[in-house]
Parts: sequence; structure tokens; C-alpha cells
Amino acid sequence: MASIDTTSESARRPFEGRRVHLGDVVLQGVAGAAAAGATALVLLIAWKVVDGARPSISKFGISFVWHDVWNPVVGREAYGAASFLFGTAITSFVALLLAAPLAIGIALFLTELAPRVLRGPVTSLVETLAAIPSVVVGLWGILVLGPALRSHVEPWLHSALGWIPLFGPPSSAGASIFTAIVVLTIMILPIVSSISRELFLGVPAELKEGALALGTTRWEMVRGVVFPYARGGIAAALILGLGRAMGEAIAVTQVIGGGTTISWNLFNQGDTLASKIAAEYQGATSNLDVASLIYLGLILLVLSLGANIAAQWIVRGVARRHGVTRGGRA
Amino acid sequence: MSAQELTARSDGLRRRRAVNRSMELLAWVAALIAVAILGVVVFDVGRRGWSELNWNLLTKQPIPFSFTNAPQGLANAFAGTLVIVGLATAMALPVGILVAIYLNEFAPPRIRNGVGLALDVLAGVPAIVVGIFVYSLLVVGGGGQSGIKAAFALAILMLPFVARTTIEVLALVPNALREASLGLGVPQWRTTVSIVLPRAVGGILTGTVLAVARVAGETAPLLFTSSLVGPQVGWNPAHALQTVPLAIFELSESPDPKDHARAWAAAFVLLLFILLASLTARWLATRSARKIAGR
Repeated sequence: MASIDTTSESARRPFEGRRVHLGDVVLQGVAGAAAAGATALVLLIAWKVVDGARPSISKFGISFVWHDVWNPVVGREAYGAASFLFGTAITSFVALLLAAPLAIGIALFLTELAPRVLRGPVTSLVETLAAIPSVVVGLWGILVLGPALRSHVEPWLHSALGWIPLFGPPSSAGASIFTAIVVLTIMILPIVSSISRELFLGVPAELKEGALALGTTRWEMVRGVVFPYARGGIAAALILGLGRAMGEAIAVTQVIGGGTTISWNLFNQGDTLASKIAAEYQGATSNLDVASLIYLGLILLVLSLGANIAAQWIVRGVARRHGVTRGGRA
Repeated sequence: MSAQELTARSDGLRRRRAVNRSMELLAWVAALIAVAILGVVVFDVGRRGWSELNWNLLTKQPIPFSFTNAPQGLANAFAGTLVIVGLATAMALPVGILVAIYLNEFAPPRIRNGVGLALDVLAGVPAIVVGIFVYSLLVVGGGGQSGIKAAFALAILMLPFVARTTIEVLALVPNALREASLGLGVPQWRTTVSIVLPRAVGGILTGTVLAVARVAGETAPLLFTSSLVGPQVGWNPAHALQTVPLAIFELSESPDPKDHARAWAAAFVLLLFILLASLTARWLATRSARKIAGR
């Protein structure tokens, strides 16, 4: 909303006490109702998700969050989110760990290094990557990437780094947590890199030129000027990427294989909050089963809203410090 | 300055230059990896999809649960996606534009910030949670799944996007235009409808095309709202309709390689549509930017 300047404020109300037109009242009323509706929608979503999860909330309470069991057999029903929370945490954090340096590298390349002829095409290519639907990435993940990782990358990582519990023996199926991590990395890469690129472009040229004039190398200039200047924004971009990774359901469902145990072995199958919901969309057997799935959705909603609001808060703080508003470009 | 000191200094410089060069190399490698990933995904989808592409995909219905060799297609999915995405656009576009008009033309700053935050939060709700929401609000105890409910779910995903882009475009319309119109005694609503909006229409169109491209490939909100479907081609949004992304999702989990072939072909068509839409949007954006500025 950077460019909403203050002069429009006076344009809006040019004369005090001018005649009130019916059309003004109608347009303002209808448009205001739409804005109120959009705001109410957020609250309605939260309320309806809580409402749908209520049978499960009243049966299991908050301990649902740390119980590691998912048994839909009627009569012995027991549900808990722990294994899915674990799956969400491990997939999204490792994906972020892989995507962050790559994304920042791309952004640096595009802002500081790339020859002019490459700058435009590579920027649009990276943005094209963001436009590929998750189901198509998932299709590629399950039929091409998964088998390739299982037969080449996973055995190699296991033999080289098998002493780390993360790199245990590969499972026989093509699906694994590791495949999901790679798919998520691909999906959050364009988001983090395009936000970082905008941040780096926003670093004042006189600061960069000043550093270079003092005799720094280009990397020293980046480390000493660009990174400190963009630090808050990069943190926000990473948090947004994390939120995106946590919320991705379809592509993860396609490649992660499913499972209800907590396993540190990345080459085992697993499930995340979102992928569990997506995988069970037609298989829920009882009301309690459905309510427990919605409870998973509620946890996911809380996590992703937390990430989103944290990122907004950081962005607004940064904008205030820099004396510019950069907010509106979500 | 002694010779020793000189070598020490140039050693330091050499080291700094080496660090610089390796960091530059890493940035090049990162960009190469990103381009390679995109290349591989698009190339794979293109290669596998192109070879399976034929008119049957668009004209024939699928034949479920049978390993026949009769030609099959996904006509039902393409029809359903057209209906559902069309309806979603019809719902999200007017509301999104109205929200933007209110925020940019009427709202006091405090409300503008508050509703802006709500839009950002709405944009951050995961698609699958939007699906659960519509399921919980409309599907349970409300007559089951239907195309119109799926369209509502997609419209929720489109709304913050359409509103945000429209706000940005409205903010670009020069204030001199508003002031000139108001100065001539034109009421504010006429100014907004006849002066401001026509200027911004190109930008709004760009945002809409991008939003359509984005939700056309959404799968998660459709799982709970429009997934229990038969193979018939249907155009009635009162019933659940098959969609292209959901068909790809289901076919990708099938053990039959012929199903995979159709999934690749459908993915190819979907990807082609989305890439074309993005290109169109970029073209529209450059045109409308010129028009807004009044050149």
C-alpha cells in the first residue's frame, strides 16, 4: 500500500458539508459491506473449523496435540496429532533449510551478479516455477522424482552418512519423507527468492556504492551492507516460506506415502498434518474420525496463521525502521 | 614499507578476492539449480504429456474401474473446471473490487490497515483449511457436495489476491484525476465508477487473470467440496463436478500406467493454460501501466 499517499486523503473529502449524494452513500455502503464481509470471513473460518473439530476437542482435549496414535477402528477409536506434527515440522524445516541458501543465492545473483541479458529471463523463470500447480509438482514427484531418489540418491546418502539417524535404510516404496522435503523445497524456492530479490533491490545504492568505494569486495559489500539492511525482510520471507511448506497438502500427500509413526529416518514414509487430511478425504469412517481430521486442520490453521502474522509483524517493523512502507506487496 | 608487509597485504587481498569469487560462484550455482529444476519439471511434463495428448482427452469420458483399451478422456474434468473456476471468478471479482474501492477511496487509515491485515491473514490460510471450512459450513448437513460450494472455496482463495492487486492499481491512478472530477462537481461515486475504475481496468484484468491461473490448479479445497463424482460430463453446478487438478491427483495414485499417461496429458494442458495466462497477464500489465500513467 506504499503508494497511497496522503494527498488522496484531502481529495476524498474536498469540501466539508458538501451535498451528500445518494450514490455516494450506496457505493460506500456496498463497498464497506464487502470489506466487512472479507474481515468477517477470517473469523468465520476460525469459528467453523473449531466448530467442526468440537467432538474431537471435547473427547481428547488439548492432549490430542501430543498423543501419537491414530486408530479409526470403531469401538477403540483413539486419535492424536503428534506424528503428523512431527512430520510437518521435519518436512517444512528441512525444506526451508535447503531452500533458504538457494533462494538467497538466486536473489543475490539476480540483483548483483547477473548480466543484464540474463536478469529478466531468469526472474520470470523463477516466477514461473511458482505458478506450477502443486498437483503437477506432486505428479512429477511421485512418478519421476520419487523413484529417482529411491534408486540413486537415498542409497548413496545412506552409505555415506548412514551413521546419522536421519539417513537410515531407504524404504522399498518410492514415497518417503525425503521426497516430500525435496518437493517442498522446490515449491517454496520461488517465494523466498522473489521476496529476497525485492528486498535486495530496495537496498539504497549509495550505501552499496559507499562500501565499494571503501575498497570492499562485492561479497564483503553484500555481507556488510545488503544482508544487515534486508535482515528483517529475509526473516519474514523465510517465515512465509515455512508457512507455505506447512500448509501444502496435495503434493506432499502424493509423495510422502502415509504412516502414523514418528520416525527420524527421512527415507521412511510419513505424513504431515495437511497430507493426512488430504489423504483421508473420502476414507473417514465416523463422526469422531472426521472431527479429528478437522482438529488436525485447526492445528494447521493456528500454525500457519501464527507464521503469517509473525511475518507481517516483522515486515511492518522493518518498514517503520526504514521510514518507508513496503507492506502491500504480499 | 618492507617487502614482507607488502606480501602479507597482498596475501590478505588475495584471500578476500578468493572468498568473493567463491561466493559469486555459489550464487551462480544457486541460480543454475533453480533454472535446472524448472527446466526438468516443465520438460518432463511437456515430454510425457505431449506424447499422450489427443482429442480424446477433451472429448471422451473416463471409464472407471476397467482395464479396457477403449479410448478414454477427461471431458468431465475439463467441463467441471470451466464451470467451477468461472463461478469462483464471478464471486470473487466483484467482491474483491468492492473491497479495494472501499479501502482505497473511502476508508479512514485505521480501517484500511485493519482490513488490509485481514486480507493478508486470509491469504495465509492454507488451501486445505479453506476446504475444511466450506465442508464444515456448507457440505455437512447442507445437501452434500456441489460445484457451487467448490467455487465458493476457490473464491475465498481468489478474494485477497484480487483485492490486493486492485488496491495497488487504484493507488496508481493519479489523484489529479479525482480532484479534477470532484472540482467539476461530480459526486464521488460517479468519479469512482466513471473516472477511476476505467483507468484501472487493465490492471484489474491482469490481477484477475493471475488469480484464475492460480486457482485453476488448486486441488485441496475441492477434495471436500466436489470430489464424489461419476464419469459423466456435467455442467450443472448444483451437483459435484470432476475437475482437472483432482483428476490428476486421483490418476497419479492409480497403479495403472494408462492412468498415469492421462494424468501427464491433463497436467500438460493445465500447465500450458497457466503459462499462457501468466504471459497474457504480463502483457496486459505492461499495456495497462502505460495507460494508467496517461501516456
